[in-house]
Amino acid sequence: MFTTVTFASILPEILILSIGLLVLILEPFWKDEHKRNAGWLTAGGLFIAMIVSLLFGRPAEPTETLGGMIRFDWLGFFLKMLFMFAAAATALLLMDHEKAGKRGEAYLLMLASLIGMNLMASSADLVMLYLSIETASIPLYILSGFLLDDERSTEAGFKYFLYGTLASTIMLYGFSLLFGFSGTTDLYAIAAALTSGKVSALLAFGVVMLVVAGLGFKVSIVPFHFWAPDVYEGAPTPVAGFLSTASKAAGFAVILRLFFVAFPAFSESWTMVFAVLSAVSMTVGNLLALPQTNIKRLLAYSSISHAGYALIGAVAFSQLGAASVVFYLAAYVATNLLAFGLVMAFQRVTGLEDVKDLAGLSRRNPLMGLMMLAAFLSLAGMPPFGGFVAKVFVFAAGIQADYTWLVVVGIVNSIIGVYYYLNVLKFVYLYRLPGEDEENHPIPLTQPYMIALVVLVVGVIVMGTVFTPFFNWSDAGALNLF
Amino acid sequence: MIPQSWYLILAAALFGIGMFGVLTRRNMIAILLGVELMLNAVNINLVSFWRYSDVLNMSGQVFSVIVFAVTAAEVSVGLALVISAYRRRNTVIANDLDMLKF
Repeated sequence: MFTTVTFASILPEILILSIGLLVLILEPFWKDEHKRNAGWLTAGGLFIAMIVSLLFGRPAEPTETLGGMIRFDWLGFFLKMLFMFAAAATALLLMDHEKAGKRGEAYLLMLASLIGMNLMASSADLVMLYLSIETASIPLYILSGFLLDDERSTEAGFKYFLYGTLASTIMLYGFSLLFGFSGTTDLYAIAAALTSGKVSALLAFGVVMLVVAGLGFKVSIVPFHFWAPDVYEGAPTPVAGFLSTASKAAGFAVILRLFFVAFPAFSESWTMVFAVLSAVSMTVGNLLALPQTNIKRLLAYSSISHAGYALIGAVAFSQLGAASVVFYLAAYVATNLLAFGLVMAFQRVTGLEDVKDLAGLSRRNPLMGLMMLAAFLSLAGMPPFGGFVAKVFVFAAGIQADYTWLVVVGIVNSIIGVYYYLNVLKFVYLYRLPGEDEENHPIPLTQPYMIALVVLVVGVIVMGTVFTPFFNWSDAGALNLF
Repeated sequence: MIPQSWYLILAAALFGIGMFGVLTRRNMIAILLGVELMLNAVNINLVSFWRYSDVLNMSGQVFSVIVFAVTAAEVSVGLALVISAYRRRNTVIANDLDMLKF
């Protein structure tokens, strides 16, 4: 039963679990001033885990392991590497967080959530899917409410928990009906049962809507987005960055796997639903981002609109569509983590988080200003950054699938987006501190920030210039869905 | 034997009541109770689907056992978050948590 392939299919998770245990064992023995080393341990461990997985855990032909629970293929593997990269960067950003950085639990919870996300990307069974979604969510509820002496953090934790359990329960009700109608929990067997026409289209549409509600919450698309701005604002900033990137990408991984594999029989109805949700998310997210003054809320609304853009690839329901979603996620994870990391670095020194407080940043720390430029231009979709190429692929997939109206909505929204992203850069570059004495108010970057931010900014630029290998990997992953 | 549709109607009703509770109650503990009702509706669904189809295929039962376990973890985290909010704000009314708004 336990063959080499079984072992290889869960190798990244085994390694992550070992890192978590190591953090848990070592942290109590460290002196208080050394406790932040848990961040080095986590980030370094994840880096080693990625290399080991790349060497020994590569998938060959798609196979199902562990009794059909796990699907071992390139799609899952590529996304796993992406999540681990995001978690490593988050660990580095967490290290110098004033209150959370010295607590080993924070890293442990993040790793627990990472195991859930990895399994979300590779599960091929409803039971496993539900279990992995909850494994990813529950630690994040705790992390959002991690700062016990901060009223906003406790409130964010509770709100996230409340919306999260409600959404996942609705999705679970959908899963239970899906199991009932098809008599099996295996996604591929469900697809066969639904294709055979046993289930009426109306019932299936109801089930799809229940599942969309749950996953829509995870990726924060519009009717299910209410939690995002509140939670991003209240949660510790590195956690908010993790929520808006890895957690969202994991939700998209499930959308791809579940809808492409299990519901192809009803593709007309769900692609239409997704097309409408995508258009609404882009528009509402961008319009609500315009009046925001808090940078974290602005990034929250921007992440809602980005979920809308990425959804265009899923709407296309083609190999190019799936590949473009995966590529979009990769570019978006690097870009948004960079943006949140910069906000975190700024907030750590100044304690401020309004857009207008960024005035004079380019003089207070020129490197940070430059990285801010890369992050926000990439979010806006400007070449030569990753965000541009990602948008091109997603829009191409939309055009190819005859959703021209959706692509037009997307392009109009990109232009709206440019306005508020450039507005942030206006404060960074054109405005100055009231006393015009920026030299006396420098913003130093500590070593972990330096490493994380430089790696992320390189990632953003590489994905916008040498994008071919990344796109080929995404395409190899997308091929596994058909 | 009782027809299966009765169980499904019971589950749907329970789910609806739970959802109504979550959306209308203002006490955080009562909201958690509403979520519990919805999860129990799911379990009734799963077990009845198992009982009325192939009884030797255990996946329905396994699914409902896993739902139990996850629910327990979820609710314990939820209660912990309620307590931490209560300690800061001295209230369990969800409407009073209104610091995060734009």
